Amino acid sequence: MTIASTMLKRNRTGVARDPDMAKDMMKGSKHTIDGTDRQEFVDARLEGMRHNPPAATMPPPAHLDKVRSSLLLDKLGERLAFERAGVRLYETLMLKHDATGGFPGGPSRADLEEIREDELSHFAMLEGIVGRYGGDPTAVTPSANLVGVETKGICAAINDPRISLAEGLHAILVAELADNAAWEQLIELVEQLGQEELADEFREALETEQDHLARVRTWLAADIAGRVQAEADEVVPGA
Amino acid sequence: MGIDIHREAGTHLDDQEFTWREIVSAPISKLDNDAFTRVRIILMNGIESEQNRFLHALARMTANKDLKLAAARVRRIEQHQQTLVNWLNPADQSPLETTIGFEQVAIEVTASVAQVEPDPYLAQVYRFGLLEDFDHMFRYAALMDRIEGHDANDILQSYTDIMPGRPTSQEHRDPADDMREWYDRGKADVITKLNALTIMAGENQTHDYYMTIGPMFSDPIARQLYAEIASIEEQHVTQYESIIDPNETWLEKWINHELAEVYNYYSCLSFEDDPRIKKVWERFLDYELGHLHHVMDLMKRIERRDPAELVPKTLPDPIQYRSQREFVRKVLASEVAYTANGTRIGSLPDTAETLSYRRQLNSSGSPSDAVSAGWHWRPGTELTREALDIDGMHKMERESA
Repeated sequence: MTIASTMLKRNRTGVARDPDMAKDMMKGSKHTIDGTDRQEFVDARLEGMRHNPPAATMPPPAHLDKVRSSLLLDKLGERLAFERAGVRLYETLMLKHDATGGFPGGPSRADLEEIREDELSHFAMLEGIVGRYGGDPTAVTPSANLVGVETKGICAAINDPRISLAEGLHAILVAELADNAAWEQLIELVEQLGQEELADEFREALETEQDHLARVRTWLAADIAGRVQAEADEVVPGA
Repeated sequence: MGIDIHREAGTHLDDQEFTWREIVSAPISKLDNDAFTRVRIILMNGIESEQNRFLHALARMTANKDLKLAAARVRRIEQHQQTLVNWLNPADQSPLETTIGFEQVAIEVTASVAQVEPDPYLAQVYRFGLLEDFDHMFRYAALMDRIEGHDANDILQSYTDIMPGRPTSQEHRDPADDMREWYDRGKADVITKLNALTIMAGENQTHDYYMTIGPMFSDPIARQLYAEIASIEEQHVTQYESIIDPNETWLEKWINHELAEVYNYYSCLSFEDDPRIKKVWERFLDYELGHLHHVMDLMKRIERRDPAELVPKTLPDPIQYRSQREFVRKVLASEVAYTANGTRIGSLPDTAETLSYRRQLNSSGSPSDAVSAGWHWRPGTELTREALDIDGMHKMERESA
């Protein structure tokens, strides 16, 4: 039985923990550097934001004759990288389930495995499409690199063994929300490019992702409901 | 391109100036730059780091105030050089991706060095260390694939093989078996001294890097793998520092260090294809020539000794920044089972001390064995194999529908 992080009260952050020390800190805070302005900080950052080359560009196409849109290949590469990373994230959630068990109203191991297979299936589909459209599915496109940076925090949270299954689901919610929005964007893109066949395939993928999102939300709601109940059971009436 | 070291005085110390803006210039592109540009940046950070480490050691061991101050002056410049070089690494290059870069340095640079080392015993030492770092690459690549879903080859750019070397779990050995014989300072070729300093610097920086970033990983197997490989890097530093003649005087060592920096910037400059980074190597080659001449003068004044006996007129051929795949494969095929027994390397039995030490460390399991169990590299991660199966299934479904 794991102890919920909200049950124990050992956290040392915040000034309320020691009001006398907080008063001392406030006395110290009166000292500052006269004649300085926050604008200097803003200007220094602004300067750094200017005149930068792109972080990365597209690789040369694997098959030039097949390439219809470089933008499409970039965004396909983005989804491919995201779905592939998603496989690993759900594998880690499955491990958490194996290690600590589930919670009432939460996912079964089979639920998590099913989503993992869906992510793998999307990855497989995208690999095929990238190849068909003249790209190299093993290359990292600029947008793929961007989602890699974006999801670092999600990976770090889920891989942390101290993070519970429910907390891990909270992290995967961020991924699923982003994934849903990105599939929508990809569908709009292929529609604009007149690639109706792709749009149909991607709508199917979006439906699956919508289902993932709904399920994750349901599991998180069940976790909160369970913890509300547990907290209520802890409180001694009249105390 | 030849440099007459005795005539080229480089940039005078007083003219070696920096501003924060140019110390922190635009980083390279992780995806667009050639992998060897990253390799050079990582190595030169290590070379500069060694220079700082050495000059601090000198300062702590000398009572000569002139020498202490001279070390502080040069060290301040070296510190800023290191910053400028290290800050060329881009923020989207994750610690694990940079780790892959570190191991690529260890493999490609050590392989280049091993082939030009004239002392056969030391060449063997390099080949021995090479196969261990080669294995680290394999383990880290497996970690990257399985934890993050990324392909290490996107960093390596197909220059360096990803396959097992001497198993990391078998690299742990008693300190007595990490000791090597040192070269003789009076007889060794200049390139021997430069090789030793270059590889020692690279390995020391690798150790320090793993010790810094290891605890930043959340995954338990990642934390263990960094702990395990950092321990081997400590062994490698022990090995490589032991090949350097400890009878060299402080100033002799300082001159060798400056010469190694000159040689390394010259090597970088010889191979660099990014014009902006090439300018960095060019500028710092001139800075290092300035340092070298400064220290040569110190040697004349303090030791009353002619530095010409240490400093050659021209530099040896540069480090070869190109794929050393064939050499590495050849060494792998013939020497992977080699062990170290005291200072000897070859088909030898492990010592009882090493066997006992290794057994103890691995007694609760081996992180490097676990992370790569059943793994082999595939373009686009091991999931492509599984994805291919799924794709085949989809095709069958479509055909049967």
